[in-house]
Amino acid sequence: MLDADFLRRWLTNAATAVDREAERLTELDSPIGDADHGSNLQRGFTAVAAALEKDAPDTPGAVLILAGRQLISTVGGASGPLYGTLLRRTGKALGDAAEVGEAEFADALRVGVDAVAALGGAAPGDKTMLDALVPAVDALPTSFAAARAAAHEGALATTPLQARKGRASYLGERSIGHQDPGATSSALLFEALAETAEGAGHA
Amino acid sequence: MRMLINVAETVVADALRGMAAAHPELTVDVENRVITRADAPVAGKVALVSGGGSGHEPLHGGFVGPGMLSAACPGEVFTSPVPDQMVRAAAAVDSGAGVLFVVKNYTGDVLNFDMAAELAEDEGIQVAKVLVNDDVAVTDSLYTAGRRGTGATLFVEKLAGAAAEEGMPLERVEAVARRVNENSRSFGVALSACSTPAKGSPTFDLPPGELELGVGIHGEPGRERRAMMTSREIADFAVDAVLDDLTPTDPVLVLVNGMGATPLLELYGFNAEVQRVLRERGVPVVRTLVGNYVTSLDMAGASVTLCQADEELLRLWDAPVCTAGLRWGM
Repeated sequence: MLDADFLRRWLTNAATAVDREAERLTELDSPIGDADHGSNLQRGFTAVAAALEKDAPDTPGAVLILAGRQLISTVGGASGPLYGTLLRRTGKALGDAAEVGEAEFADALRVGVDAVAALGGAAPGDKTMLDALVPAVDALPTSFAAARAAAHEGALATTPLQARKGRASYLGERSIGHQDPGATSSALLFEALAETAEGAGHA
Repeated sequence: MRMLINVAETVVADALRGMAAAHPELTVDVENRVITRADAPVAGKVALVSGGGSGHEPLHGGFVGPGMLSAACPGEVFTSPVPDQMVRAAAAVDSGAGVLFVVKNYTGDVLNFDMAAELAEDEGIQVAKVLVNDDVAVTDSLYTAGRRGTGATLFVEKLAGAAAEEGMPLERVEAVARRVNENSRSFGVALSACSTPAKGSPTFDLPPGELELGVGIHGEPGRERRAMMTSREIADFAVDAVLDDLTPTDPVLVLVNGMGATPLLELYGFNAEVQRVLRERGVPVVRTLVGNYVTSLDMAGASVTLCQADEELLRLWDAPVCTAGLRWGM
């Protein structure tokens, strides 16, 4: 079972990972975007970690809703609403249970990913964060580690794709040959999730 | 890379503090990142709120004032502002006559303004939105996020701002804004990449002797790279790209816009070529504006925007405006 503390540790680990990888994310965003993905997410996840430290909600759903609101209020760009929606809608799908099962969590995360797809009007193959998120939620019922691997592979697989959404889409064919920064940051979330699960004895 | 900054993290706040010191006629909320005209809300007047990433100055904060915007929300550099800023701005300037959000067509701006519109309506503020998407360099729009909003944003903000100042109700101000967008097209060219403070080096690599055709305003590369062309050749290319998409039946307003690092000497020379092409193509010009208005940090280059203007739009263009970045007639 996953409790509020697990979710809090996940997001804190995610904040650490984003902090560590911020420069690489900005570097990836430079040839096909506008070189700010890392610094924007860093600002948002720093705010998430601070908010969760100050005000620790006592259900998994409330942790995610609080974190999502923080991202919307601090990140800006497209990543703010998209990542904010991912966490908020996942949190709302979890309801107010004090503990949730892993299968229930996977279902809720799928609701969050679907909301991201609807908001951005994107689908897998468009060279966006969905290219990591969708395979990851597909693999999540197997294990946290499988979700991490799927997200990572999904991010790598964006390199040969032509972007169809977001700023990279304006480059047309010239977006081909670059790994998508959004898919890469999404993979970081699942890496942090797997780490948190390993630390908590979930495989 | 040399930049006149302290640290990247405080670039936007530092600029806002300096703007506040230079413009006492504006209210600049540095902490919440909202710029409003100091006399807002103006009783009975529709309010115009716009915003977007910083780095495009004077857009949008420089266009706040009588005759144009009521408020602007600057985001981080090249990053859309967040909904909290937009809702705060809307609440500060709404007189009860409603608020028009002027939104450039970038995924981040669209998503954040959509969220803000919902939240503002929850607070009882009547909101309308207009999406600016004038950039003809973006093709295949069925399979992309659509055309970018670039130079035409100035026309939309000026003309709809004048309509609001005349006392038109929200739906008419919104209709003017939509008409201006539908009547406007742009094309941009970069002679160098820009450097964002966060990255500190050029966002793409453009060797000397080459230029990028079809750039937007975010340091993203364009769709095509060629060997350097003359001002005359660039004007032919840019104006023809616009006219391929817009067949004006009315005379046009012309904006020859600098991207931030091209001096006026070059922009005026480029304008001479733009006017020549328009003459050759039989397109009458009624007004021309030359300068740095919708910039891209320190990018060198220029864009051309044409807006075909009927009598009403021309009247609104000539109406007085008093902002930091655009001022005439008062």
